[in-house]
Amino acid sequence: MSQEHDALHTRTLCELRQGLADGEFSATELTEALLARIAGAGEVLNAFITMTGEQALATAADADKAIANGDMKPLTGLPLVHKDLFCTRDVLTTCGSHILDAFVSPYDAAVVERLGAAGAVMLGKTNMDEFAMGSSTETSYFGAVKNPWDLSLSPGGSSGGSAAAVAARLVPAATGTDTGGSIRQPAALTGTTGIKPTYGRVSRYGMVAFASSLDQAGVITRSAEDAALLLGVMAGFDPRDSTSSEEPVPDYLAALSRPLKGLRIGIVREHFDEGLDADNEDLVRAAIAVLEQQGATTVEVSLPNLDLSVPTYYVVAPAECSSNMSRFDGVRFGHRADNPVDLMDLYCRTRSEGFGTEVKRRIMTGTYVLSAGYYDAYYLQAQKVRQLISQDFKAAFEQVDVIAGPTTPTPAFALGDKMDDPITMYLNDIYTIGANLAGLPGISVPCGLVGGLPVGLQLVGPHFAEETLLACAHQYQQLTDWHRIVPGDFA
Amino acid sequence: MSLSKDQVKDIATLARLTIAADEMDDVVDKLSRIVDFVDQLQAAPTDGVVPMAHPLNTCQRLRPDTVTESNERERIQANASAVQDGLYLVPKVLD
Repeated sequence: MSQEHDALHTRTLCELRQGLADGEFSATELTEALLARIAGAGEVLNAFITMTGEQALATAADADKAIANGDMKPLTGLPLVHKDLFCTRDVLTTCGSHILDAFVSPYDAAVVERLGAAGAVMLGKTNMDEFAMGSSTETSYFGAVKNPWDLSLSPGGSSGGSAAAVAARLVPAATGTDTGGSIRQPAALTGTTGIKPTYGRVSRYGMVAFASSLDQAGVITRSAEDAALLLGVMAGFDPRDSTSSEEPVPDYLAALSRPLKGLRIGIVREHFDEGLDADNEDLVRAAIAVLEQQGATTVEVSLPNLDLSVPTYYVVAPAECSSNMSRFDGVRFGHRADNPVDLMDLYCRTRSEGFGTEVKRRIMTGTYVLSAGYYDAYYLQAQKVRQLISQDFKAAFEQVDVIAGPTTPTPAFALGDKMDDPITMYLNDIYTIGANLAGLPGISVPCGLVGGLPVGLQLVGPHFAEETLLACAHQYQQLTDWHRIVPGDFA
Repeated sequence: MSLSKDQVKDIATLARLTIAADEMDDVVDKLSRIVDFVDQLQAAPTDGVVPMAHPLNTCQRLRPDTVTESNERERIQANASAVQDGLYLVPKVLD
């Protein structure tokens, strides 16, 4: 590879697509350069569970042929990685768990299928909290992921491997999933751009289920433009997911330049109560001011039940988790305990050996809130409060087009810091969980540094308002450079 | 503690999990803290509120009850620990 290609890892997907189209470098050169970077500079982060280098080089060779034949698809030759929660045919799919550490999926997830069909080159599968249950990527059976901004810190979670890999310029883009903030929170804590689309926008087929009424697939990238490029490929109806939306998919790239003049931005009173780091607040307010300079106006709105969103989530999500996790019985797939004396022993030991502490905790919480005598008090009540939270958003969106606020209360926290207290860990998702409960799209974009660490501006819109979110995020990124700042050790 | 050790044992049995003796106190403590935390939902006024089961408040689609999958038994069973003649093996259930 010639000298001028040295900086391929610093480019965005859209820039790389141009380079491939212009013949500046080949897909094979690009793939080789990034695989080398992951094996070198990337090693220290523990961002990956599985590398698929051989397969990637074969796909890249096909991409080079396609390019030579003038047959470029939207993502031909563009490298990306998948969170290890997406099933990948003939490739290990562990979900960060011991119970699946030898599971080779017999099929591709819809997201993997669509991105692959559009020409993308999968380089590997990223580390994550076990079954996406965590906010720090510390619950992974494969060890914690480190934050490229400071290796003693967590990158957030559960899509921490995806976020760390994108932030460290190991890959330009990664898929993620977001059940309570698992794309947006790690994006904020690593200085990357992360979008969680509307519930049902992207097919959940082939995503290992955690909480089925909350789970949604999205991407972590270095720009809103790249997020728009990928989302346009990933989104759309899939009959194999019974909650997949039939809403037509708009042209997200075309929406990026939609003028912000007259856009009404909601500022949520409760977002700026106690709990939000003061420096973080200043940066979020400054980011909103940038959008105002583009002609947007701000309106104060209220989400009166915001403080109930975390407790609501920690009833609904564990309830669904306990149901989904019941499939892991040691019989059809996954880890199986040795020498079981009877069926009950097989189930109990398989599950106790296979699941980590946090997963067991959530299964038990869910079992409790669904059990006879407690169902009405906990699960049904949480579903009602969920309705109230959703109505709060609905009322706010009668006054505004988008809500802008912080993604997280603070910048990245130290590895080990919150592992002893589940509640403190859960409260880290206070600003992100509402969008999942109400099924709304949300995006986090880097909006500054606090003590040298990135924080995010979160934008949340009504159902299927991804175009508005992407337009705001893209135009913000045209006027600021926060998304271009590279963590020092990975420059 | 809002949960007793016996309650936690019962929950674990329902969830098909076993808790090691040396982990029991910690499990009881953490689960109790979670239950205390979610208990704040009890105070929310929800009379007449319809429980939300689907985040878009819509119903799930139904499909015709027809076979759409191809038979990939061997491929699928490659992930099982114990199979024989195309069947999954489990410990003896009936004497």
